Amino acid sequence: MIALDRVARSFLWQELVVGFALTLKYLFKRKATLNYPYEKGPLSPRFRGEHALRRYPNGEERCIACKLCEAVCPAQAITIESEPRADGSRRTTRYDIDMTKCIYCGFCEEACPVDAIVEGPNFEFAAETRAELFYNKEKLLANGARWEREIAQNLAADAPYR
Amino acid sequence: MAEIWSGTLWPVLVIVFYILLIAVPLMLAMAYLTYAERKIIGGMQLRQGPMTVGPYGLLQPLADGAKLFFKETVIPTGSNKIVFVLAPMVTFVLALIGWAVIPFGYGLVLADINVGVLYLFAISSLGVYGIIMAGWASNSRYAFLGALRSSAQMVSYEIAIGLIIINVLITAGSLNLSEIVLAQSGLWYAIPHFPMFMIFIVSILAETNRHPFDLPEDEATLVTGYNVEYSSMTFALFFLGEYMNMILMSAIAVILFLGGWLPPFAIFPFTLIPGPIWFILKICLVLFVFIWARATLPRYRYDQLMRLGWKVFLPLSLAWVVLTSGFLVYFDMLPR
Repeated sequence: MIALDRVARSFLWQELVVGFALTLKYLFKRKATLNYPYEKGPLSPRFRGEHALRRYPNGEERCIACKLCEAVCPAQAITIESEPRADGSRRTTRYDIDMTKCIYCGFCEEACPVDAIVEGPNFEFAAETRAELFYNKEKLLANGARWEREIAQNLAADAPYR
Repeated sequence: MAEIWSGTLWPVLVIVFYILLIAVPLMLAMAYLTYAERKIIGGMQLRQGPMTVGPYGLLQPLADGAKLFFKETVIPTGSNKIVFVLAPMVTFVLALIGWAVIPFGYGLVLADINVGVLYLFAISSLGVYGIIMAGWASNSRYAFLGALRSSAQMVSYEIAIGLIIINVLITAGSLNLSEIVLAQSGLWYAIPHFPMFMIFIVSILAETNRHPFDLPEDEATLVTGYNVEYSSMTFALFFLGEYMNMILMSAIAVILFLGGWLPPFAIFPFTLIPGPIWFILKICLVLFVFIWARATLPRYRYDQLMRLGWKVFLPLSLAWVVLTSGFLVYFDMLPR
């Protein structure tokens, strides 16, 4: 009886029919993929993307050259040099991040006492040359200016959990 | 002068026009078959498929064609250059000339020869030469193994296909494709010959080296089989040939089993739609099954493929020939 059942199933292509029905059903399901460059998935406020150096609303740089980020960076991607400015406050003269070394762990923004260095929501910063990925202070501040609105929103959204 | 014009030149021009009328839409159909394949398989895998070039990726086939066209044709040093270049042309031309006898509608056929089925069968058998030539001329192990597999597979399944076609022939009583279609005006042969129809569909999958029988192009074991060494337009011709063969085989399946250009029922709303449209719709249906099978089934192992061809399909179709002939003779229903 079992043998008969098996023969009948194989001759009636039972498994094939089931398989084909399944793939046909999947054809009409909602697609799991996004049409990427035009559609993007949601990002968490904690998303760790491209780095940015922020400024205070009055235009003053937040970074005070404490070098905590440089110390905590596990990939040693950050290089900072500092000097007292004319008004006596300590500021960085050099703030470099080697984006090819960075592992996007987020320790730098955790370590920062003044929320100066942050990892913003931008993840589309692929470059054509390696040199373009050695970010300097100017580039990081420009990022800060460009992404300030999103970064501020994200920090505010995440603040209750800190 | 007028003699030559009306006697020779004008008929030739007319035939060339008809050939273009068939070949150009076929090229387009083939291009959009690749698009449909990517879309349908994408859909079945919950992906979107090509979406970037043009609205819904509709211009993707053109972009692919342009890309292939502007690439460099690499001819390996160790290859037999003449055969190497000839092979894709043979494949492509053989895939194209089969269309000469395909009736698109009542009387809409380029060459209404009375041995249409034999012609198609011969053409599809010749198709293996392009692949063997490619595999041999490439002077590469992968290509050669792919060609060997392909030829063994195509020869094996051709026998099953031949026997299945015999069933249709003795039922219709003609080798002319138009007459075979007209003989189905009462009942499509897919219904009385249902098991043969199913075996035919599986066999044409094997015959065109499509999933789940695409062992000649097995990426996992043969990189990509007989066309490893090909690039640019030589590759494109193989690609075109394969898809053209798919469409041709679907057309044969439609003519032999699904009533060609006939509507499913000869009643009012169905008879409004002209024959060629029905023919194309049915071809699309069979092509969908081709693609559907690719999205559903894993690849066969080679010994399983051979076992299926020789030990299952051959005896089954042979038994069905005996059954059909016996039935027709006993009930005196042989076509006159």
